[in-house]
Amino acid sequence: MIDSRYDAVVIGGGVVGCAVARELARYNLSLCLLEKEEDVCSGTSKANSAIVHAGFDAVPGTKKAEFNVKGNQMMDELARDLEFEFKRNGSVVLCFADEDMPKLAELYQRGLKNGVEGLEIVSGDKIREMEPNITDEVVAALVAPTGGIVCPFGLTIALAENAADNGAEFKFNTSVLNIKKVEDGYVIETNNGEIFAKTVINAAGVYSDEIHNMVSETKLHITPRKGDYCLLDKEAGNHVSYTVFQLPGKYGKGILVSPTVHGNLLLGPTAVDVDDKDNTATTAKELADVAKKSAVSVKNIPYRLTITSFSGVRAHEDGDDFVIGEVSDAPCFFDAAGIESPGLSSAPAIGVYLAELVADKLGAEKKADFNPKRKGFVKLAEKSFEERAALIKENPLYGVIVCRCMNVSEGEIVDAINRTLGAKSLDGVKRRVHQGMGRCQAGFCTSKTMEILSRETGIPMEKICKNSEGSEMLSHKM
Amino acid sequence: MKQYDIVVIGGGPAGLAAAISAKKAGVSDIMILERDATLGGILNQCIHNGFGLHTFKEELTGPEYAARFIEQAKEMEIPYKLGAMVLSVSPEKVITYMNKEEGLVQISAKAIILAMGCRERPRGALNIPGFRPAGIYSAGTAQRLMNIEGYSVGKEVVILGSGDIGLIMARRMTLEGANVKVVAELMPYSGGLKRNIVQCLNDFNIPLKLSHTVVGIDGEKRITGVTIAEVDANRQPIPGTEVHYDCDTLLLSCGLIPENELTREIGVEMNRVTSGPNVDDKLQTGVEGVFACGNVLHVHDLVDHVSAEAALAGENAAAYVLSGTTSEKTHKITLKAENGVRYTVPQTIDVENMRDSVTVRFRVADIYHDRSIAVYYGDKKVMSRKKRVLAPGEMEQVQLKKDSFKDYPDITEITIRTEEA
Repeated sequence: MIDSRYDAVVIGGGVVGCAVARELARYNLSLCLLEKEEDVCSGTSKANSAIVHAGFDAVPGTKKAEFNVKGNQMMDELARDLEFEFKRNGSVVLCFADEDMPKLAELYQRGLKNGVEGLEIVSGDKIREMEPNITDEVVAALVAPTGGIVCPFGLTIALAENAADNGAEFKFNTSVLNIKKVEDGYVIETNNGEIFAKTVINAAGVYSDEIHNMVSETKLHITPRKGDYCLLDKEAGNHVSYTVFQLPGKYGKGILVSPTVHGNLLLGPTAVDVDDKDNTATTAKELADVAKKSAVSVKNIPYRLTITSFSGVRAHEDGDDFVIGEVSDAPCFFDAAGIESPGLSSAPAIGVYLAELVADKLGAEKKADFNPKRKGFVKLAEKSFEERAALIKENPLYGVIVCRCMNVSEGEIVDAINRTLGAKSLDGVKRRVHQGMGRCQAGFCTSKTMEILSRETGIPMEKICKNSEGSEMLSHKM
Repeated sequence: MKQYDIVVIGGGPAGLAAAISAKKAGVSDIMILERDATLGGILNQCIHNGFGLHTFKEELTGPEYAARFIEQAKEMEIPYKLGAMVLSVSPEKVITYMNKEEGLVQISAKAIILAMGCRERPRGALNIPGFRPAGIYSAGTAQRLMNIEGYSVGKEVVILGSGDIGLIMARRMTLEGANVKVVAELMPYSGGLKRNIVQCLNDFNIPLKLSHTVVGIDGEKRITGVTIAEVDANRQPIPGTEVHYDCDTLLLSCGLIPENELTREIGVEMNRVTSGPNVDDKLQTGVEGVFACGNVLHVHDLVDHVSAEAALAGENAAAYVLSGTTSEKTHKITLKAENGVRYTVPQTIDVENMRDSVTVRFRVADIYHDRSIAVYYGDKKVMSRKKRVLAPGEMEQVQLKKDSFKDYPDITEITIRTEEA
């Protein structure tokens, strides 16, 4: 029994799925995105380095190289249109030994071939002048001014909201169980019934191999590659101003040290292949590794200011490149699979590319009334005295501070809940307005935020979840 | 810009006691700024008894203890604002706060009393490895949800850390029907009060495992279990000692951190051991007219001591406002903590302008048996008090009398140390 029919169905509400949905929303077609969790940005997109890579790392000619550079170039306009936090703080890659200089030169050459602008190799002394906490062992560095940092939640949520505002439907808590090819499209079996789609876009992250393999004989295989991170308090946020990489090794880009757009200092990730795609458990060994290896690049990191540690799983495909495009033996089924780093940077460009392919297939025309703009969250803590005063006058809830570490007001939390695709869980609120992301890690504001969530959504207190069902915060009313 | 004689930041036990004593000392133009919706601070959720034995010579619950101070403040008509979050304090004593009614407001003060209290150390700061599921709470957050909101956070409970809130919550959750399986403590001793270990753990047969920590957290959505292991002398887990506990709740009671973000902004000198500002015998920070008291200064065990300390800060702030200046003639002595004494509060004493006596509070670094606490003026031992047991979880104090300095006109240093008795 088919419950609903769409021209296009996107599987996965991470940054790639949301970018595809937002680009598809430019066209006259019926569109739906399926997400197995309660919110977008619940998998790899929520736990990564939050970097917009310049694009010198990927091998020229690969999809990673192509989409990274294109995605990077799109980011300024996108950030303006969708009002998420993005900053071109620049990236540097450190070289620690003279014999490694050829590797650094190779990166520079790759960057040139990939079309990265402004690259420069500087001496150890020069980089220490630019970034005083770089260690004395560094002999040279590649500087990439186009590298940036972004709020990965902000970007993903902004894309999703804008897609929804332009007509895309979002079905949450919806897992894809199977996909069957039928005459003029596909039938997607989910835990919430069957959905017919003329075209399907597979953006299922670490599960994109399983989704792909449901329709194709050319099998994909993804290895979940886990990375642990430590996040330090804002007090440490100015320890470096550039994103500091080490010369890449076998398992990716090494340990980076970077400021975040929220003003914290981020260290990580490790890279360990794991069996379980949901294995986001940090380990003592890896966290120790993060500390040890970050100290190779940057001096005097104040590890005692760590406020949280977390782990993300990257979708590493055996072919070592993004798998993007229509599947050869499954017409009208499109992959965005194996999207590991630089996936966050590439997502906007992947969205444009796939949306064009899909629209072309469907013969869909662009809408006249597509609105590319989306209003960002009001961030009281970043406003001037006068702006804040005016906001509180307009809505007194902006004058009630709930999260004291990040200075997040009740007004901001209410907005996060009540806007398009609003938050339904504590993590959802946190990712939107950064409540509970500070040094006390929601120690003081958990109960108040739960009350607001309950009041605004009608979900009883006992049913308020940290994220999806099964993560209830409370056991029972006394 | 409205100017007040004294602005008190924080309306918990410290702020209330400070404001009351400032008013008694003759200053009426006071404003208490409290960020919560009620006065009384963390006491409101401490519904157990054991408060007030020193101050009132009777045993009160937290809300009862708070109520006595709130009533007194109201009787004395001390002004206060609720829901008022202080955003910044400048060295010139300009305070920016916001609330629902007034929006964003700037005021200035002749004297400021810092009484912001402390917060709990969260899981992230402990860097406990594992998943990040629901069901992990700092003990005080769980206490608030139970005692203020009326919800239980779980049924099968493991507690990491033996700070007083954790011990109190072990008993509270047991009384509410939960099964508290174990309390694990990283250190070889408890950070809590002896009486709480007896009354909250021993009386309920809850095991306390010293030199143990959580090395793994299971459960992707809600916590399903933890692994606890013994640690060696360097606090590193010993392989092979891991024990798994099924649980739906992990409470953390692993230390309290004074909330000094505003204090740092003023630019006063901070103390790395207490995480509070350095103060003199008047509890005045490095910036003239800025005083600190209670848990923002250093974490206390007993609210009674907070009240006493805060009353002194209030009195001194009033004296500062009324006299207008500090005396020109000073004789500053630095207090030095050594050999098992971790810190002292205050960190300096101005013998010339001190009161008749000053209480010096401090903590020791480890459990010590049959040691004495010795006080040296310069290199001369002037006091030695034998103690059967000294423990990090119990704050110690000595009184130094102004008279006692008469014979030591030239000393620059006082040392407080433990010694073999």
